[in-house]
Amino acid sequence: MHEWDFAFLIDQRHFILQGLLGTLRLAVVSLVAGTVIGLVGATARLSGSAILRAVGTGYVEFFRNIPVLVQIFWLYFSIPILTGVQPNAYAAAAIATSLYAGAYLTEVFRSGIASIEKGQWDGARAVGFGHGMTMRYVVLPQAFRRVLPAFTNQVLEIVKTTSVASTIAYAELLYSAKLLSEQEFRPIEAYTAVGAAFILVLLPTSAIAGMMERRLARHG
Amino acid sequence: MADEVLRVEGLHKHYGPLHVLRGIDLTVRRGEAVVILGASGSGKSTLLRCLNFLEMPGAGRIHLEGRLVGREARDGRIRYPNRELSALRMRVGMVFQQFNLFPHMTAERNVMIGPMKLRGLSEAEARRVAAANLEKVGILEKARSYPAQLSGGQQQRVAIARALAMEPSMMLFDEVTSALDPELVGEVLLAMRQLREDGMTMLIVTHELGFAYNVADRVVFMEHGVIHEEGTPQQVLLNPQRPRTRDFLRSHTLFRLPEQMHDDPPGPFALTTREQG
Ligand SMILES: Nc1ncnc2c1ncn2[C@@H]1O[C@H](COP(=O)(O)OP(=O)(O)OP(=O)(O)O)[C@@H](O)[C@H]1O
Ligand SMILES: [Mg+2]
Repeated sequence: MHEWDFAFLIDQRHFILQGLLGTLRLAVVSLVAGTVIGLVGATARLSGSAILRAVGTGYVEFFRNIPVLVQIFWLYFSIPILTGVQPNAYAAAAIATSLYAGAYLTEVFRSGIASIEKGQWDGARAVGFGHGMTMRYVVLPQAFRRVLPAFTNQVLEIVKTTSVASTIAYAELLYSAKLLSEQEFRPIEAYTAVGAAFILVLLPTSAIAGMMERRLARHG
Repeated sequence: MADEVLRVEGLHKHYGPLHVLRGIDLTVRRGEAVVILGASGSGKSTLLRCLNFLEMPGAGRIHLEGRLVGREARDGRIRYPNRELSALRMRVGMVFQQFNLFPHMTAERNVMIGPMKLRGLSEAEARRVAAANLEKVGILEKARSYPAQLSGGQQQRVAIARALAMEPSMMLFDEVTSALDPELVGEVLLAMRQLREDGMTMLIVTHELGFAYNVADRVVFMEHGVIHEEGTPQQVLLNPQRPRTRDFLRSHTLFRLPEQMHDDPPGPFALTTREQG
């Protein structure tokens, strides 16, 4: 029977904290970049230009159908051979998770925008709004409400995806726990702590999103 | 002519192989209310949507307040630059069968947003404009309600106020009472009659023959993408000359109340009568 002992975590808390910071840094960067890419991608996929639509679709299908781990390895191990430049682990991880997040968020935003009834476009254009204003004042605010649950899902997914960066020795939560477990010979406690840290970060995120959903649900 | 708000000449519209508008000529003078009748699929909505450039017209010309809309290219076709179209849509208000209010805004916001973003009004000015127009359609007390909290008739009146707030030179109405419960039709028709009395120029697609009879200056009957018959309400509704017009009117007045059957016209077309097509 295993004897649980979390005491070492208190002494080594800087390890876990550093890992947590690493995870948050990567998560925030890929969420922000992914959201920007997603908005641009959704606009491209819904544009009147066949070329832009094809580029958007190609992007989504490419990054959605390659495991993010493969993308990270490719960036980290193949780029130096091809270009002679070695990206650091953080850069490789941030680029891979951003492109991956962007592909999924493109689809989230596209489906939200496409779900807005044609009548809303008619109403906005009849008032005199052009494409940009219709998007800004009429379509996006409504699409945002509709995609909030799917967007939240994706946010949680992306935060968890950052753990793949441990495979190229970027110091996020999982990697810190791995070091710690090797140093202390206590893998069970170390990985339990990682799980707990993820829950501590993500539960409040979904709680906030749930609150926003309920507030927005009151109208239309 | 100076008092012509709208002049349409030889307007055509295709959807792929489908030739929906096949040469429409139509003039609407200032302050005039023109009602368009016609069977389903005859092209009434398409005509209105072309006049507001929600659909791009094919061949033909549209003049608004004496000026040709668009630029004539060398080959004689008209090009419609996007910037001109947005400006033009502000001058032609449109109300739809499905209201198309913005559900995430209050009634007041729905009316304010256009004047604020397009006419450059301040928040306070826009609120005054919204109040005046909501008052005009008798729904000021619902200013702070969201569309989902309003009945269909109330929503449609907000939609009318939203269009009016842009101070258009004319208004297009596309079957604005067709989605309403029968008891709500009257309030919207009354608001429209009030508008007509205030001198608004209106082009109205409706199946409400009573309204057409009592409010229109002119009635136009469309059939297969052309204007088939046109005249005063008395001429077209009571004494139609073409067989198609007669068939259409007969199908719209199949069932009447006993006292209406014995009445002389305009009995069958009393304002509140609702005819089903
Ligand atoms: N966007 C479109 N694409 C293809 N065909 C269309 C489109 N819009 C309308 N049509 C076709 O054009 C014809 C005229 O349609 P329109 O909606 O103008 O008729 P309507 O007179 O308004 O009919 P209703 O009384 O049913 O509203 C119909 O055959 C319709 O199917
Ligand atoms: Mg129609």
